[in-house]
Amino acid sequence: MENHRQLCITELTNQFKDTVIITKSFLENEIYISTKKENLLDVCVYIRGTLHASLSSMIGNDERSLNGNFRIYYVFSMLRADMFLIVHIPVSEDHPEFPSITTKIPAAHWYEREIKDMFGLEPVGHPDPSTLVLHGNMPDKTYPLRKDFDINTHIPLQESKLPFFKVEGEGVFEIPVGPIHAGIIEPGHFRFSAVGDSIYYLDAKLFYTHKGTEKLFETMPYTKGLFLAERICGVCAASHATGYCQAIEKVAGVEIPPRAKFIRTIILELERLYNHIGDVGNICTGAAFLLGSAHGFRIRERIQQLNETICGNRYLRGMVTIGGVRFDIDDDLKKHILTTLSHVKKDFKELVNIIINSSSLLDRLETTGRLSTEIAKELGVVGVAARASGIATDTRLIHPYAAYNEVDFDISIFYYEGDVFARTKVRIDEVYQSMYIIEQCFDKIPEGPIKTSMKELPPYKQALSYVESPRGENIYWIMTAPNNMLYRYKIRSPSFCNWPSIPYTIPGNIVPDFPLINKSFELCYSCTDL
Amino acid sequence: MFTKFQKSFQTGVVTSHYPKEKDYAPLRFRGRIEIDNERCKQCNVCVEVCPTNAYTWIEDKGKRSLQLDHAKCVFCGMCEDACSYRAIRITNDFELAAIHKDDLLVKAGLDKTASVEELGLKLREKIFSVFRRSLHVREVDAGSCNGCEWEVVALYNSPVHDLQRFGIDIVSSPRHADCLLVTGPPTRNLETALIKTYHSTPEPKMVIALGACACSGGIFSNCYATKNGIDNVVPVDVYIPGCPPRPQAIIYGFLLALERIDK
Repeated sequence: MENHRQLCITELTNQFKDTVIITKSFLENEIYISTKKENLLDVCVYIRGTLHASLSSMIGNDERSLNGNFRIYYVFSMLRADMFLIVHIPVSEDHPEFPSITTKIPAAHWYEREIKDMFGLEPVGHPDPSTLVLHGNMPDKTYPLRKDFDINTHIPLQESKLPFFKVEGEGVFEIPVGPIHAGIIEPGHFRFSAVGDSIYYLDAKLFYTHKGTEKLFETMPYTKGLFLAERICGVCAASHATGYCQAIEKVAGVEIPPRAKFIRTIILELERLYNHIGDVGNICTGAAFLLGSAHGFRIRERIQQLNETICGNRYLRGMVTIGGVRFDIDDDLKKHILTTLSHVKKDFKELVNIIINSSSLLDRLETTGRLSTEIAKELGVVGVAARASGIATDTRLIHPYAAYNEVDFDISIFYYEGDVFARTKVRIDEVYQSMYIIEQCFDKIPEGPIKTSMKELPPYKQALSYVESPRGENIYWIMTAPNNMLYRYKIRSPSFCNWPSIPYTIPGNIVPDFPLINKSFELCYSCTDL
Repeated sequence: MFTKFQKSFQTGVVTSHYPKEKDYAPLRFRGRIEIDNERCKQCNVCVEVCPTNAYTWIEDKGKRSLQLDHAKCVFCGMCEDACSYRAIRITNDFELAAIHKDDLLVKAGLDKTASVEELGLKLREKIFSVFRRSLHVREVDAGSCNGCEWEVVALYNSPVHDLQRFGIDIVSSPRHADCLLVTGPPTRNLETALIKTYHSTPEPKMVIALGACACSGGIFSNCYATKNGIDNVVPVDVYIPGCPPRPQAIIYGFLLALERIDK
């Protein structure tokens, strides 16, 4: 690791000489690269192209009280090594502008718009700098994540000014859907421009569930922040809690007991299991194959009841805690988990057998909602959607955390189709892998304590944390403040980078296929909108 | 075709018998919280650890006692862990829904049976006897974390809970609905949508607030982007607390709303 870090530093120094200042983080796999606005694009393009890294997150931060400037961090994750390169630039309050990198690195598209909404910094050269998070319903010069904005500010309700892209021509009509949907799903607004039954263009507007989560993190002590982290998203609760705890443990320099690492791994895999099995059922719902849907939800329910027995909550809330885990898994519970999983495995195998032998269902799933490898790469798509489009990426392998470097598992690398069926197959494969991981964890789990005590949080320390949630890679960036508070906690969920890719998969498909495609991605709105 | 039939017959009937048969939540489940006034030494630890400020001190006749609001509680269990006098006990009772928000308050010194009687009295007011037989519900996400949505999906789509056995159906449009089941704090961006949905629902209608966020704003309260509970936007008839409430707790809430529960 140290060699690799040195190699990166040497390469960057040779290439950019005096225009960059490179600092090593106290963490082995992070390098901070300070540069100026003028050199930003060159540095980013070089890191992405020559060093084979992908843009994982972009973080705006109001550091005016510390050094007089705003700062923007560009987090690049290397694809072949456990290494993060974090480029950062200062942006002064007098010139609230920064150069947009979207034209060269399209993955930056949403991040830059988010920074514009939340900090009031203008991405110069952005092809579509319209409002993203706040829907234009805020008074002028109101930027929630600036430090001088009080969280309790009462803002009168204004009409939102969402811009919509319009397709005109003979026979083109518009179908508006949402934000209150017909199904029991989260709110988003979709406008289809359709000719007959085929969709020509999809305009998706999200961020309806924006709850000011990142601002809320800055107002509570880190111990309470855990419960907010668990509630970022209902069905990724364990992943978000683990990400938060890992971030806090990293800055505090706390190593959790090995037994806790294994229990966390088991919990994270249980989360993947109930999500993936439910999603396979949900995809059947999207194709009106109700038999598959009923069995999928029935098996999901069984795992959720197991979750409730393990940690008292069907969504695995309240299990992961700072410094370890809250409840131990004793022999009786272990036996119960393994027996349930063996039943579930048999049950799920039979369900899969029905699904892949049902030609009417396959007719709906195959070739529907294709996401090409090129678009997926450009937009920085992660998780199940990436693996179904031929990109072998998995945080558990590239940047191992918890006990993932002590267990053996495979990831799907054989699917290039990028259609709904490929995403279903990736999920089916991962269900078996998750069960395999849980079995290995129970074989290897050491005895010992499950929790370690926490020290004070050192102020102004920065660290990255990462978790592979059922939907893909979650990246968190933490910066601490004095008195055990957080200065900034940035959450980048997999849904945030996968959402922009959905409109590319829609054109050419028929309107009734949209719910199916949407369900095959199974993205969270709450994770994205924060 | 044969395998499909075989699978269905092998699986058999999986629907639960709640509420005909009592459902017991697992031991680790965190439900109704009880406060023992005798043991409480007023050390303030529970007030400090609570992430949603659900605990408050109330003064009554010169006596200071602890009060918990189940509407705000996210059932994290920190108060029980922190209390060194064991004055706070988390039970695994999940039947928490109430018609009046005050019924969600747990006051130290006031035992549980008294509040249940109070609940029974209020039930007799018979507000919505119109919907006794069948109820059409529209689920409205006003900015929840998706947890409550998935519990409603588990109720409606999963054969295990099967909401339709009670004559309760989830419909696609508020115009077809008798009842709105609202989740979320609600958020600023959805406030207009919620109001429009409420006005699109024909009279007589009722609103159920589902989950801690909808009941009080929960952990997302006091923020620029949220309102503290949907009762700040639309009138609410029944509150179902929990984060998220179990499917059985939601069934209990529905039946309470329909006055089908004899207390």
